[in-house]
Amino acid sequence: MTTSTLTPQTGSSNILGSIWAWIKKVPPVYPVFLIIFITLGIINHSKYQSMPGIMAFLRTAAPMAVIAIGEMMVLALGGFDLSVGAIITFVVLVSSKLLANDPANAFPDIMIVLGFGVIIGLVNGLVVSYLKVPSFIATLGMMMLVRGGALGYVGGAPQGYLTDNWTAFGRSYIEKVPLFGRVPYALIVLIVFTIIAYFLFHRTHYGKQVLAIGDNVRASQLSGVRVKLVRVITFIICSVFAIIGGIMIGGVGGVNMTVGTGVEMQAIAACVVGGILLGGGKGNVFNAIFGAFTLQAIIDLLNLMGLPKPYTDAVQGLLIISAVAYAGITSMRKR
Amino acid sequence: MTTATASGNGFRRIVRSIHIPPVYYILILVFLVGGLLDQIFADGQIFSNPAIMLNIVVRSVALGIVAVGQTLVIIGASIDLSVAYAISITAVMASYVMQGKDVNVPQAILVVFLIGAAIGLVNGLIITKLHVNPFICTLGTSLIISGIINGTFSNYTGSVPQNFQYFGYGTLGPIPVSILILLLIVLGGWFLLSRTKFGSHLYGVGGNSEVARLSGVRTDRVLIIAHIICSMTAVLAGLFLVSQMGSGAPWVGPNGVYDLNSIATTVIGGTALSGGKGGIWGTLGGVLIFGVLDTVFNQLGVSPYLKTLLQGAIIIVAVASYTLRSKKEVA
Repeated sequence: MTTSTLTPQTGSSNILGSIWAWIKKVPPVYPVFLIIFITLGIINHSKYQSMPGIMAFLRTAAPMAVIAIGEMMVLALGGFDLSVGAIITFVVLVSSKLLANDPANAFPDIMIVLGFGVIIGLVNGLVVSYLKVPSFIATLGMMMLVRGGALGYVGGAPQGYLTDNWTAFGRSYIEKVPLFGRVPYALIVLIVFTIIAYFLFHRTHYGKQVLAIGDNVRASQLSGVRVKLVRVITFIICSVFAIIGGIMIGGVGGVNMTVGTGVEMQAIAACVVGGILLGGGKGNVFNAIFGAFTLQAIIDLLNLMGLPKPYTDAVQGLLIISAVAYAGITSMRKR
Repeated sequence: MTTATASGNGFRRIVRSIHIPPVYYILILVFLVGGLLDQIFADGQIFSNPAIMLNIVVRSVALGIVAVGQTLVIIGASIDLSVAYAISITAVMASYVMQGKDVNVPQAILVVFLIGAAIGLVNGLIITKLHVNPFICTLGTSLIISGIINGTFSNYTGSVPQNFQYFGYGTLGPIPVSILILLLIVLGGWFLLSRTKFGSHLYGVGGNSEVARLSGVRTDRVLIIAHIICSMTAVLAGLFLVSQMGSGAPWVGPNGVYDLNSIATTVIGGTALSGGKGGIWGTLGGVLIFGVLDTVFNQLGVSPYLKTLLQGAIIIVAVASYTLRSKKEVA
């Protein structure tokens, strides 16, 4: 903030200074992602510096990006949503039964799970707003409710497989697109929901109100923001985005019992890597998306280096802490 | 207090001076409803068999021990998500170092408590000195610990000697040792919180860190100590679990969901997530509610999925029963 008001003396350094000020405003997640992605390209040139490889990377990273957008909105509000992981379990397991191995059931199934997404978000929002249960506990309870309900409904084991037209959103490509070769459906889904989220969050009063509530509930209440309504809507958006992400994850990974476990923490981690601070008042759709991309790129990088999965977790943990520590230290310096 | 008139109200005054956390009313309600359901739909053992009553407490020991530590950090307006993997690393390391031999027990205990202290110290330092949000910090450390143990140890490494299993299964007269240990830890936690300077400082830090700092409390040090104690309780719970299992496995902690469950029981017990308010006795009530539910569901033969579902609903309802009347907006 203060750096941009400092005007340098001479003309040439003025331009440089303004460029430098602009560079400094870029959130660190973008250069970090770029560096990691270029490193990936250096290690495996054919995979990460070719169009099909980049498209494949985007296909893997897109589901978490969609989920992270939803989680980001709740975080910006100053809350948590721990139920997104269970929602993904719910989507995959319940769909495995509802589809009944018949492709014709795909559309009704998606409508049904989306409907449940709205209900889950609505209940989360109502419990937090009207029963005043902190969102951490409300969504923790909801996580157990949804997971228990989904597992109980399918009887503890997947009932059948996911049909091809259902998995297309996560798995398939549109072939022979000029310039790009083949484009994954997942990327298109991500772009569509990014646009929706961008308009909601950055171009409407609603988005401003979310940030205002996250910054100071009392003040926004006094200035006429309908806190309860905004909160309920935000939880619904988060759950619906989690349902969409769940459909994409189910498409890539297929049916298994552990799908969705820990996704809530990964989504929060993605937001945090994207520079969104817990506690509310800050948020940006693109930062959340690139946070998710960065995490996926790190996982790919560690895999390429031959690190076993457990150590990948450990490095991820280290990176999450460092990302937040870095953000904390720089914001302290500004103060 | 001031409303009590002098004459004939001595008894009432005494009753009023004992603050029973409201969670115990919920506990009694859950117990009565569960017992009645058991009476109607199953063999009615909950009301008639005292062994079941004891079993309710024994089931709660591991969670109870961790929840004491979790209560301390939550009162300090922090949180600890790394307890589950602290339990796992304890279970694995203890059984790895012991290798089934009695002579190795002391050094194994020393090693795991050192590890616990290190985890707590690292958590505390990152949170206070690097100003990392405690949720993220402990999520990160739990990922790191999980990576290390899953990468290094396979399932069931080593074993604990027969004598060490006394901790998990032994009895002192009619009462299981594990219950006595839980009671000791709870009393210790209560003493720390309400009878020591550290306790009042912790409430101060949790209530308003800046005010506490300006009134001369070394806020960072208080929070670091709270985190070390919390990790130590996780270590103790891990030792208890490994003594029951006979051999340590990396999934012990996450399988029991000790991280989120200990937070849930603490909050059900009336400790505010925002810090500065709450106590150990409430947490014990919350833990016992989980124990009663577990036993009731087992008695009724409820499927594990329905059990998870009902547990989730009960967490929300229990917490809502106190927060309902609050005027403050929560996040």
